[in-house]
Amino acid sequence: MTDYWSMVFVFVLATFIGLGVIRRVSRLLYTPLMSLTNAISAIAVVGSLAVAGADHPTSIRILGAVALFASMTNIVSGFLITYRMLRMFKKQ
Amino acid sequence: MTQAIAQVAAIAATALFIFALYWMNDPKTARRGVYAGVLGMAVAVLATWVQPQIVHHGWILAAIAAGFVVGVPLSRVPLTAVPQRTALSHAFGGLAAGLVGAAEFSLWLREGPGGAQFTTFRTSALVVEVILGFLTFTGSLMAAGKLQEVRWIPQRPVTYPGQNFVNLGVLGAALVLGVLLVLHPTAPAARTVFPVIMGLATLFGVLLIIPIGGADMPTVISILNAYAGLSAVAMGFVLDNKLLVTAGALDGSSGLILSIIMCRAMNRSFANVLFGAFGTVQKVKVIGEQKEWKQESIEGAAQLLEQARLVVIIPGYGMAVAQAQHKVRELYDQLTKRGVTVQFAIHPVAGRMPGHMNVLLAEANIPYTALV
Repeated sequence: MTDYWSMVFVFVLATFIGLGVIRRVSRLLYTPLMSLTNAISAIAVVGSLAVAGADHPTSIRILGAVALFASMTNIVSGFLITYRMLRMFKKQ
Repeated sequence: MTQAIAQVAAIAATALFIFALYWMNDPKTARRGVYAGVLGMAVAVLATWVQPQIVHHGWILAAIAAGFVVGVPLSRVPLTAVPQRTALSHAFGGLAAGLVGAAEFSLWLREGPGGAQFTTFRTSALVVEVILGFLTFTGSLMAAGKLQEVRWIPQRPVTYPGQNFVNLGVLGAALVLGVLLVLHPTAPAARTVFPVIMGLATLFGVLLIIPIGGADMPTVISILNAYAGLSAVAMGFVLDNKLLVTAGALDGSSGLILSIIMCRAMNRSFANVLFGAFGTVQKVKVIGEQKEWKQESIEGAAQLLEQARLVVIIPGYGMAVAQAQHKVRELYDQLTKRGVTVQFAIHPVAGRMPGHMNVLLAEANIPYTALV
């Protein structure tokens, strides 16, 4: 039996930290911010990996592999394009 | 032992993700944020991979390789196409959440007599995950299609009488079925009800975006961003994984804040947007007389503006469509050479996604200190 209330607790605290941190993000960087959070929310890769790699029936592993591919695409393109955009912001 | 690795990795990855977002508060430190994000992600993936229940490494390698093959070209799109890339990646995020939810559901059905896996909490989280996942998937695909101006997706907002009624009806039906599933997860009908919920959520995503026009896209993309994050949170509840919950919550709150900023900038209440009323009142057409316009060379324009001490340029999406940011940069050069201060005032919803104009001007080598 898992302690579900502690999960909800973690969720609430993480949301408040998120609100506090994101509010301070520079207005110039909203587009890179969105592609960065895209890549971060592709943390769904962890769940996909567990489904695709464990000893489940093939049909289920296929679902997991497609999900893994989708999350991996987000991670790769999200971080790369964020970096590419940030490099363009120069002081002079 | 591997259990402990997973726990430590989850804590480290969460901390790194928070730092990544924290460093985005200044263009000077922002690149460090990307490094922190990459490191956090690598830690999380490796710690999951070394768990003993992961046995099919070939599948994982193949899927990761495919992700690189598609992801690298997607990161090289022109900057005017960044909004549709972003929408597309929200779609991928939603798809991943939806598919993992579907996989978990059939696993739970197979496991255990009497459906020991179906506690009320987990089943509710599963229903939320699947609804959010699939509606984000099709909704974001529609948004990306509209932004990319794909031929068979209407660019103009499509409205019809009773639209809100139909949309809420579809969502309501999915929710009612979801509640039924939570109450009777092991009923024989559950096997059919679950795909129906998936189908309704998929349909709702399409219906939600159909009435929305291009100018509302910054708000819509931000909301879909929040949905994608929340579907990851729901996945975390389903899989009992705190890292998914924290990272998803960070993404969700980012989408929420950006949505609120976009709404405020357009003088709309957040509730107005949340209840899907956005984009419905777009019928005001101003048919003014055709004004005359004058063409001017960059030198000429600079000479005209030379007398000013401070010139403020207010760019809009037209600049991106016309690819005029480099011309604007030349004007900026001419004026600064003559000792005129030039600044750029950028409206929050200018462009097709939050911050779009800033990126386009930065690409044209305009220093970020001139953007206000």
